[in-house]
Amino acid sequence: MATTTVKMVITGPYASGKTEFIRSISEIDVVSTEKEVTPDTYEATIKPETTVAMDFGRITIDDELVLYLFGTPGQRRFDFMWEILAEGMLGFVVMVDSTKPETFREAKAILETFRAYAPTPYVVAANKQDMDDAWPAEDLRIALRIEDNVKLLPCVAKDKDKVKAVLLELLYSILEEMDT
Amino acid sequence: MPRQLRGTLQDLHTTQLLHLINLAKKTGSLKLFEGVATGKDIIMGDGETKRPEVVPGAERARIVFREGKLVYAQLTERDNHLATILHKANKLNDQQYRVIRERAASATDKALALLLINANYVSQVDIMQSIQQHTLEIVYDLMTWTREPFIFEEGEMPPNGRITVPIELENVIIQGTLRMRELDQLAKELPNLDFALRFPEAPGEKLKKIQLGVEEWRVVSFINPKNSIRQIAKACNMTDMQIRKIVYGLLNAGLVELVKPQEAPSKSQIRRADSKPNITPPQRPVITKLIDRIKNL
Repeated sequence: MATTTVKMVITGPYASGKTEFIRSISEIDVVSTEKEVTPDTYEATIKPETTVAMDFGRITIDDELVLYLFGTPGQRRFDFMWEILAEGMLGFVVMVDSTKPETFREAKAILETFRAYAPTPYVVAANKQDMDDAWPAEDLRIALRIEDNVKLLPCVAKDKDKVKAVLLELLYSILEEMDT
Repeated sequence: MPRQLRGTLQDLHTTQLLHLINLAKKTGSLKLFEGVATGKDIIMGDGETKRPEVVPGAERARIVFREGKLVYAQLTERDNHLATILHKANKLNDQQYRVIRERAASATDKALALLLINANYVSQVDIMQSIQQHTLEIVYDLMTWTREPFIFEEGEMPPNGRITVPIELENVIIQGTLRMRELDQLAKELPNLDFALRFPEAPGEKLKKIQLGVEEWRVVSFINPKNSIRQIAKACNMTDMQIRKIVYGLLNAGLVELVKPQEAPSKSQIRRADSKPNITPPQRPVITKLIDRIKNL
């Protein structure tokens, strides 16, 4: 029997935790297209590697169904990839680094771009909530001007249970969308 | 443990912060600081743009909120003593002001207010209105700040002895938004601070007829086709808003001309905006299966 594949996209600004998110839940080692950031640069102190094309994780549901998770590259020069990755997605997760207000504007811009690509459900994951300087999720909602009907979920991308909760909320949103 | 919200006004403008505090009905102090460059760069959310990292230095301003209402404001560089506020609001004459400053220099605002009311110098309404006006002036001033680091300290209230006057934030935000529009308008008129300025052919006559303030003269003293407006702002310790206002005034008066910089390189990539993929809606059983599987991971 032919296998059906469905996909979700994990997007967000540079270094917001997309790769970590997929790593936490994927049953295979993430097929990551990360490249070492040039050593001795400031970037290297933030993130020794960065995703230059996309990350790719997989969750097998049963013999007939497989879920793929695609992580978008964070850097704007690879944004031509976004629309390709968005094609046919069930929904998407926008990751926001809750400790870096300088990335909030970009997060909002990415969210709006993906909304324009496809009218699919999405959730916003307020990542790095385990850090002392993280903005609380509800403050992020106001700062990012995210409507009340959009789910904004506290997240720690390295915590599998938190990642599961985000994906489940996205799936519930997809079901709700089908019911309307 | 009380929480802190940290950032810079480059990322979240004062108006947005007030909006957040109002909606979340927060109690605490929003402190704005002088930005101290660390010498490092931070990478913005696009993963490519960098900007110098700044950390909080000396405190420049503080505004305090109780359950989403503005209750107190102070600027470090300004005299925030109650006597000064009342004098500025013409509730105390020069002589009264001088005497009070001499004799009640160490009194708290609350103690001084009681003293002044009992002595029939001012009424309670005078005090409340003057403080409200003082608070609003400071907050409107802060709305033109664009770069400073900030920290919101949850739960922190004003120093003891200060008088707090609750002010609804909605109107303050509306007023702030109007001021932001003014800033936007100025940004449209003067879009590029990397332009330089030069004097027109015969500036001497015009300069003689016009009266410039201290700040304008400081800017004029730096005008040279080699100095960008941004460099002048830095040399004069002015914000973008301040330098835009002054340069806009000088331009309108015909006292200076813009020197066009080199053409910026055109953007190499334009995102496709009109091509939308066809999406086949997923089937409900597929989603249910996904939910069951992820729950059991």
